[in-house]
Amino acid sequence: MEPLTSALLYLDGVTVSFDGFRALNNLSFAIEPGEMRAIIGPNGAGKTTMMDVVTGKTRPNAGEVLFAGVHNLAKLDEAEIAELGIGRKFQKPTVFDSHTVSDNLELALEADRRVRATLWWRRKQSERQRIDEILDIIRLTSVRDRVAGSLSHGQKQWLEIGMLLAQNPKLLLVDEPAAGMTDAETRQTADLLKAINREHTVVVVEHDMTFVRDLGVKVTCLHEGSVLAEGTIDQVSENERVVEVYLGR
Amino acid sequence: MSGHFLFRLLDRSTVIFLVALAAVAVTVPLLNLAVPQSSSLHVPTYVVALFGKYICYAILALSIDLIWGYCGILSLGHGAFFALGGYAMGMYLMRQIGARGVYADPVLPDFMVFLNWKELPVAWYGFEHFAYAAMMVVLVPGVLAFVFGWFAFRSRVTGVYLSIITQAMTYALMLGFFRNNLGFGGNNGLTDFKDVLGFNVQAETTRNVLFALSCLALLLGFLVCRFIVTSKLGKILIAIRDAEARARFLGYRVESYKLFVFTLSACMAGIAGALYVPQVGIINPSEFAPGNSIEPVIWVAVGGRGTLVGAALGAVLVNYAKTYFTSGALAQYWLFALGGLFIAVTLLLPRGIVGTLHHWTALRRGKIAAAAADGVTPARAEPLPAE
Repeated sequence: MEPLTSALLYLDGVTVSFDGFRALNNLSFAIEPGEMRAIIGPNGAGKTTMMDVVTGKTRPNAGEVLFAGVHNLAKLDEAEIAELGIGRKFQKPTVFDSHTVSDNLELALEADRRVRATLWWRRKQSERQRIDEILDIIRLTSVRDRVAGSLSHGQKQWLEIGMLLAQNPKLLLVDEPAAGMTDAETRQTADLLKAINREHTVVVVEHDMTFVRDLGVKVTCLHEGSVLAEGTIDQVSENERVVEVYLGR
Repeated sequence: MSGHFLFRLLDRSTVIFLVALAAVAVTVPLLNLAVPQSSSLHVPTYVVALFGKYICYAILALSIDLIWGYCGILSLGHGAFFALGGYAMGMYLMRQIGARGVYADPVLPDFMVFLNWKELPVAWYGFEHFAYAAMMVVLVPGVLAFVFGWFAFRSRVTGVYLSIITQAMTYALMLGFFRNNLGFGGNNGLTDFKDVLGFNVQAETTRNVLFALSCLALLLGFLVCRFIVTSKLGKILIAIRDAEARARFLGYRVESYKLFVFTLSACMAGIAGALYVPQVGIINPSEFAPGNSIEPVIWVAVGGRGTLVGAALGAVLVNYAKTYFTSGALAQYWLFALGGLFIAVTLLLPRGIVGTLHHWTALRRGKIAAAAADGVTPARAEPLPAE
């Protein structure tokens, strides 16, 4: 099939309503391959709903969601979308608490996801190496054998990002990666995401303006389910409508 | 860590369990058959039958631990799969009676003659062959679980809602089997069995063989479960139990995984029921009663869910206690004792007996203090999400 657009992720006129409340209202934007995009917006702007639509958790009432110009995501479920190469990090860090850090990564690694294949599966040397590499990138090598449930909040966030890397998706959706982190951790997270962006397309939803500034990428500001402004962080934060929305004037 | 799969399969408590089980399977029949009755070492036949029953319960408990302890599916209807396996075996045993029944009809079981039926219902065709009956023992619970699970898991019914519909399933089956015109003996069920594969079911040797076979079935079932929970599939089951949405977004088809273990678990329960029936000599609709599905869950909780060994141990211990209690002056208080036990275990011993032992060993090795887990056994006693 010919791609309909060069964009990796393309949303056109997406509307989602819950009992009459329009969480997304004719939302349109496009993410180019290799790009990193920050999505900001006040509470209830529709940031998380947008992620739910892209990952198959919520079906849009109207509009089109295209991945790589050919796949209509509105028709697929979570597992199919994950197989296509879209990974998601939740707002609240979600890891497998009773598995060790390295087992968490192992489960996320690209591999045959069918029941029978996992029953007879044996770990390959290349997979072991990849786990070591990722542990190094997310700085969790020293805790690799600890159960994930015993990690600190920040470590869990990184583990979850590491699981995304292991999944090796084409597109990473990252929901509030800096939430609940110390300033130092926030800076490290920004560096981590920049490093990831060298090989992956990334969409970051974030509240923390300093963090977004640290990332230094194109920003899309959502408000009431549609795009309010788009541009560099400076352009967006000087936009009068944005200031009004954020300060509630 | 990934070593040879035998190392993965056989950790210390597994080896202890398997050796103990094999020893029981051999010694109990020996002490019954080879030791003279006058000896204090003699095991009376009724004890053999009693423990044979407990072993069948242990298989049922194991099947529940596989889905509840590892995958977080709390089935309150597993007694139905157990009973269906039992009915399949009971139908074979009924057909074996032949003309020796009270009404001496060569084909029709007594209750059908009594109901004035002229022909054998279609559902009974083929049950004169042991191989066919044995197939049905696995197939009927398996197919029911597959169809039930296919709808439930695809619609993402989880947690207490799933528990409630499994309970409704067993209740509906109970009402169905109580009816005479369903053709399975109504409220009297199936009984008066004469022989199995040509051997008298009442004979001491047969009872001992059935006991040993039950132990063998438990051993094999245990190894199958152990193989599953120590594989990557087992890790995914735990992942689904802990964070289902995360597993989905990683690309795992959660419903396929649940359907696989649920169906397998139902087949195991069916086998347990089939071994149970010739040893107790009767199967009737009360086996479908909701309480019969709730009790096994208590056995698993007492023994320690997510440990497999604990499930089997819990089944034997609680049932031994039940026999002990209900045969004395305390009989009428048994249900209070059982309820109290469940509350006490939930409050004081949330990991169950074996889970607590694992936890202590881990504490002594300082592993949990360092918050380190060995990563070998997914049977670690981590607190499970409340169901």
